[in-house]
Amino acid sequence: MVAVSSIPSSPSDLTYADLPWLIEHREDRCAVCGKCTAVCPVQAIQLTYRRQRIVGLGMLGKAKNDPSVNYRTLYGIKQKTDVAHRCIGCGMCSMVCPNEAIRPMPNPNDPRLRFHMNQAGDAWKRGGRRNDRDSLLDKIIFTRISMLTDPALDAGRHEFFLNTILGRILPPEEFLQRRAKGEWIPPTREIFPFIIGSMSFGALSPNMWLGLLQGVAYLNEVLKIPVVMATGEGGCPPWVLKSPFLKYIILQIASGYFGWDEIIRAIPEMQCDPAAIEIKYGQGAKPGDGGLLMWFKVSKLIARLRGVPEGVDLPSPPVHQTLYSIEESVMKMIQTMSMAWGFRVPVYPKISGTTSAKAVLNNLVRNPYASGMLIDGMDGGTGAAYNVSMDSMGHPIASNIRECYLDLVAQGRENEIPLFAAGGMGKNGNIAQNGMALILLGASGVHMGKYIMQAAAGCLGSERNRCNVCNIGLCPKGITSQNPKLYRRLDPDQVAQRVVEVFTSIRTEMKKIMAPLGRSQSLPIGMSDAIGINDAAAAERLKIRYIC
Amino acid sequence: MCRLALKTASIPFSPHGVLQAMESMREGYDGSGLGLLLRGVRFTDFNYSSTDPIFSGIAHTEQALHRFNKFMEEKGFLLKYDHQFVTDLSRIEARDRHKYLVRVYKRPESWSRLTPEEQEYELMMTRLSLRHDGEKHGGDLTAFSFWPDVVMIKEVGWPLEVGAALGLQDDRILARLVMAQGRQNTNWGINLYACHPFFIQGIATMTNGENTAFVPIRDWLMGRRFPGYMGYQSDSEVFTHILHYTLNRLKLPLEAYKHVITPLKTEELDHHPQGEFLKGLRNVCRRLIIDGPNCVMGSLPDETCFMVMDHKKMRPGAIGGRPGVWAMASELCGVDAMVPDRDPALDFQPMREHTVVVSSDRKDYKIWSQFHPFHLPQAI
Repeated sequence: MVAVSSIPSSPSDLTYADLPWLIEHREDRCAVCGKCTAVCPVQAIQLTYRRQRIVGLGMLGKAKNDPSVNYRTLYGIKQKTDVAHRCIGCGMCSMVCPNEAIRPMPNPNDPRLRFHMNQAGDAWKRGGRRNDRDSLLDKIIFTRISMLTDPALDAGRHEFFLNTILGRILPPEEFLQRRAKGEWIPPTREIFPFIIGSMSFGALSPNMWLGLLQGVAYLNEVLKIPVVMATGEGGCPPWVLKSPFLKYIILQIASGYFGWDEIIRAIPEMQCDPAAIEIKYGQGAKPGDGGLLMWFKVSKLIARLRGVPEGVDLPSPPVHQTLYSIEESVMKMIQTMSMAWGFRVPVYPKISGTTSAKAVLNNLVRNPYASGMLIDGMDGGTGAAYNVSMDSMGHPIASNIRECYLDLVAQGRENEIPLFAAGGMGKNGNIAQNGMALILLGASGVHMGKYIMQAAAGCLGSERNRCNVCNIGLCPKGITSQNPKLYRRLDPDQVAQRVVEVFTSIRTEMKKIMAPLGRSQSLPIGMSDAIGINDAAAAERLKIRYIC
Repeated sequence: MCRLALKTASIPFSPHGVLQAMESMREGYDGSGLGLLLRGVRFTDFNYSSTDPIFSGIAHTEQALHRFNKFMEEKGFLLKYDHQFVTDLSRIEARDRHKYLVRVYKRPESWSRLTPEEQEYELMMTRLSLRHDGEKHGGDLTAFSFWPDVVMIKEVGWPLEVGAALGLQDDRILARLVMAQGRQNTNWGINLYACHPFFIQGIATMTNGENTAFVPIRDWLMGRRFPGYMGYQSDSEVFTHILHYTLNRLKLPLEAYKHVITPLKTEELDHHPQGEFLKGLRNVCRRLIIDGPNCVMGSLPDETCFMVMDHKKMRPGAIGGRPGVWAMASELCGVDAMVPDRDPALDFQPMREHTVVVSSDRKDYKIWSQFHPFHLPQAI
């Protein structure tokens, strides 16, 4: 037995088998160019050499004149096994390798890394979504295919009305009364029902943000698809605030109030009103937790926009601290924000999916200035959160939005407060199907963040915990980094083009869903007779048809 | 596809002629049910005063008829006339038709204190009470309408056969306005409440085609908590209730109906003189946007009748006639059958933006377009 002290082992020493991602490297293909090691965002691999002893027969004294022992030197890649430098599976190494010599592979065994993701007492933080690839929305099928009396429509040639309304809608009687008296009518916006959800200027790199905005502007100005995007809580660049593109932007105010000095100061110089104001009370990825921009990402530009020093963590409080209760907060903030823009801009709260969503909804129904409600389900993404919040906190979106919608139906007010859904849209790429399923369950539209990062900018993150290092500013694609060396990898023009491609294809798929249902004249919000699911319990919960 | 025929004339005529028009439209139609609505009613054996409410329905059993009589008596209604159909029940597919009811009543004395609106509400509630009573007893009593100057008949079967079974060809009932719908895809097991035309407080519509937006519209209408917004055995019943909501609850003119069920596009409203108002109306009535294909024909208590298409216009309808007599039908041959002696060059097939209206003077038909200015105090 070897002496214990000679074995280099501490509690957190790991072997390759303990890591979730293993590097497969083929020495016979490797050109030893070093691109992979240079690009790896977490320095999980290093160029190394190994000296190998080649044993000859002379060792055994059976061959005369045999040099017995030879050595050869191997050049290649070594994967590090310490927690800080674990491979995150992003795959940038294989993306840059000229010879297909390297790739990360998921470890099919039993990675023990999870037990050590708390070094220095710091619980595991990451970006991305809940690490669960299952999606109930994917299982919803559109079953009411028009036959016989009502033939299916031609998705390619027919005219479709796909837009939705963001904003408080009055009961028809009250609308007519107010019109007759010349009284205030709450503002509304006619928008495309797929919305680019809140991702802050800070969480996203400047190039990503610019690409999104360019794409959204093109969709509106050239293609006449009224897509809007939300800012997240980090404010908005002054040149955007004073531009005619502000009307495509939903400005978010969250508990940290970051960026709102700039916004308020810019109001007198605004050429147009923003699309809406979103008051963030909760986020699906980290319910009950405030926003978090880690110090790695607080660059000079971000610091200026947010009015804070450079290089400090920016954790927002979990609630709006200045106020006593959420009811009071909702009431006062909605009215204040409405007043700031002369009651011309819809103001709505965003809450995380929760069993208490209906209580919030009922409060909003009684608030004449509330313009809608956005529920962010637990499968939503984030730039930074504790893993436990992401994986285990919150409420899935489908049943949450459905029960809120049915609650409004019971009150006869489903047209007055539009419900928007978020959290896990297009998790497995089925964005139009997921969004339309939620619309037929009762949502007026859906917000998507992670999907846009994946589809429009090539985000490598996945629910297999691939990459998911948005929080540390090392995004290998330059999407969520404030480091110019990284974000210059991302060409805003290409992002803009992908944004346009994404939305035009969503529009096509919406038509391909609506046409067979015989719907074209209005978005089929709440058309629950048209959907079914092969899961009896889910069907019962969602009050839709069970199919098999 | 269901067949629609509507005839309106200054001189009362027999509904049998309208059934013959249904016959002319038989090609490609399985003729499996009939619904009739008559206004401007004349009975040959009774001098009817058009202010007295008429109950239309079916007592399927003797017991149901007894209960019906007892209910009306207790409510204080005085029976003035009981129309006796000369029936040949062997020509009716269904077997549980004890008595077809068309009865004229005098309103209860106690109603004299009620306003006209309150009386209209009470008439509706009486009909609904009778309907609920029938449903509570296994569907042995069917209540179609209870309203002044309105008779409704609904039955399963080939329209002309149904008419013959009820002796409609003997001209003992005449009317100035007849709406008829020939159903498609019906069988004897159908709930008679699913047959068109649908009726609520003097307002009636009938439709062909299917309304794919039915469920969200139904949900919203039921949320109004108005007792008459119920039933919905057919997806087309919402057309009637939307019209009722537009006219009676919102107090908007008939022209607004088209703006509610098939609003113009935003690009079109941007150039409309009342675009801002109509966009607002579209938003607040968004849940009432229909999704055809449908042709909707309807009539109002003052014998105004109208026809509209859905936006997709896949169910064309036609109107033709001459001063004093006008006919609307889902097929042009139906118009030919109802008013053969007319100038066909003046026939009109409305497009997606049109509402065709024949007012009670029956002098002409008016084509109203959604692009026309919309004169309302709220719209200015």
